[in-house]
Amino acid sequence: MRKKLLALSATAAVSALMLAGCAAPAADEGSQGLVFDVPEVPMLQEIGEPEGNVDIVAWSGFVEPAWSDKFTEDTGCVVNRRVAGTSDEMVQLMRTGDYDLVSASGDASLRLIVGGDVAPINTDLLANFGDDIVPGMLGQLYDTINGDAYGVPIGRGANILQYNSEVVTETPTSWDVVWEADSPYAGQVIAYDAPIYIADAAVYLMTHSPELGITNPYALDDTQLAAAVDLLKQQNDIVAEYWADPVAQITSFVGGTTVVGTSWEILRKLSADDRMKSTLPVEGSTGWSDAWMISSESDSPNCSYLWMDYTSAADVNGAIAMNFGMAPANAAFCELNDEAAAHCAEFNALDEEYFEKVWFWTTPIEQCIDGRTDVECTSFQDWTNAWATIKG
Amino acid sequence: MTVNAPVRPPAAVRPPAPVKAVARPVSTLLHRHRWLRLTGLLALPLTWLVGLYIVSLALLLVTAFWFIDPFTSKVIPGFTWQNFVLVFSEPAYITTSLRTLGVALAVTALSALFAIPLGIFMAKLASPWMRAVLAVAITLPLWAGYLVKILAMRITFTEEGFFNWALAPFGISGPGFSLFTVVLTLTYLWFPYMALPVYTAIRQIPVNLFDVSADLGARGFTTIRTVVLPLLLPALIAGSVFTFSLSLGDYIAARFVGGANAQMIGSIIASNINLNPPVAAAFSVIPIAFVVLYLLATRRTGALERM
Repeated sequence: MRKKLLALSATAAVSALMLAGCAAPAADEGSQGLVFDVPEVPMLQEIGEPEGNVDIVAWSGFVEPAWSDKFTEDTGCVVNRRVAGTSDEMVQLMRTGDYDLVSASGDASLRLIVGGDVAPINTDLLANFGDDIVPGMLGQLYDTINGDAYGVPIGRGANILQYNSEVVTETPTSWDVVWEADSPYAGQVIAYDAPIYIADAAVYLMTHSPELGITNPYALDDTQLAAAVDLLKQQNDIVAEYWADPVAQITSFVGGTTVVGTSWEILRKLSADDRMKSTLPVEGSTGWSDAWMISSESDSPNCSYLWMDYTSAADVNGAIAMNFGMAPANAAFCELNDEAAAHCAEFNALDEEYFEKVWFWTTPIEQCIDGRTDVECTSFQDWTNAWATIKG
Repeated sequence: MTVNAPVRPPAAVRPPAPVKAVARPVSTLLHRHRWLRLTGLLALPLTWLVGLYIVSLALLLVTAFWFIDPFTSKVIPGFTWQNFVLVFSEPAYITTSLRTLGVALAVTALSALFAIPLGIFMAKLASPWMRAVLAVAITLPLWAGYLVKILAMRITFTEEGFFNWALAPFGISGPGFSLFTVVLTLTYLWFPYMALPVYTAIRQIPVNLFDVSADLGARGFTTIRTVVLPLLLPALIAGSVFTFSLSLGDYIAARFVGGANAQMIGSIIASNINLNPPVAAAFSVIPIAFVVLYLLATRRTGALERM
């Protein structure tokens, strides 16, 4: 294992990945065409006797007694939860080998898979991983590599444009209100505070600067990254605040410091303020998609598989989605009752057309994931360094 | 009269010495071996200081010379200056370092500016009852959580918050979320660390020094400048070591009340700590250098010896 990793890191600089297809596949067209050099990790062949406990790294709200108590009752597996605040923290925690499962977002999963930290999943062992999973969450690049599934979908959401309808009286159709220097809301814009936000600038440039040739916001070469960074620096002049903490974002909107900016559907709801409205502008947006992944060093694989299966059931998956405020992965949930149907409608759970405009967070890597082979793309380290210069 | 001088009992009442030695082996052993006494005294603090503090700091600094796998963010041991080159060649990083230094100095100056008049009032003018109230008022914020205090400042300075509401009748609008608000917030957070040593030092100044100064014809301000300030210097420096170094490492205040252009050294370290630990480690050398320079500068004034 260690040898494999060293070999991998040695070649990563040139290009650890091989490319097969020439067509430019968008992220939401899945991983067909891209072949990755991934450490060989065996998958579980059959579920044996439950080990008695399972350690889970999860986003806040994914593992709650409301559904984990029943799981413990059914299987005898005691659930130990560790809440993580960021994708980077999740990756670090999983590398310790102390945890069995993680609710990984797309910007963490590629790193975990290629680092050999997670194992492929034997979907035959998951009865609930069936036809009801929404099509937009199956076979995505960020959790399906070389034909192997590494993730069991939990839910997804878009980074939407939120605005205070008292100040922004007309629904904005474009993201230009948060990017352009002559925005009528200059000085009252809120932006997301993380390197992955560079992708939001790239999404805007895809429409407004087609000459840059960006086809995937997570595959930027040096020129394209520089253009995105310039746009972000231009935005810096009209930004009132950057948010990383959800509570800070809500108080910023409710307190009147900002009137327009990037948000999540659930934050708009939590603000409990009727003035706050949201929209998905014409350029589309970025978003996130979460999936359970199992550690390659898990000491409780049986309990882990039982948990993944249990939480994929329509009712439990829906409970997680409602608690966190996202679109559930299991479409069957939307037909359970009126409350479920209302939740699915509010979060566009079954609206594939809506999510087709959403570029789910994916780790930027040196190999261009849009299919280009003639250039080297910028890695997440480059993005992190670039991010610090924007607020410089 | 020395405390250590052995008190010999009269020979007639006490049994011979050898018996005593057998009866108290530990004391005898410690008495004979000086190094054993020292080890016993220093074992705990040294284990703490070297084992936990210095070793972990050294491990962190070593990481600054290591590589990172750009794909998986895994740290690879090795040797490179690349991380330091990045830290010192990027204009945005240099701006951020200087901004952080400026914030730390401003917080220190502001704390001192508030602490001296308050200390004089408390120590020399206030009634005992008032003094007690003020002492509680100064230390009270220390009992509240750090994050709670920052969020309180956030609510105060938000656009429709208390500050703007209270000053709106006078046509004044507050600083909003800005670098200035960061300085205010950090001053609010670290003020007790400056106020308490300054107050204690002023209390120790004999009252008759003020009388002598007045008798010699000095007015109030001259007395403060020529009598109080020199006697205060060690306390001011002790307080400033806290306000300066605590401000230098802070990034939460910048995040919650800083607005768009208040990135601090800590912000960059925090954003790199998981993704690129070597760069974070290289960057942490800068505040360490600032603090060392600051301590060396204060040492030259001779104030550290009198602390």
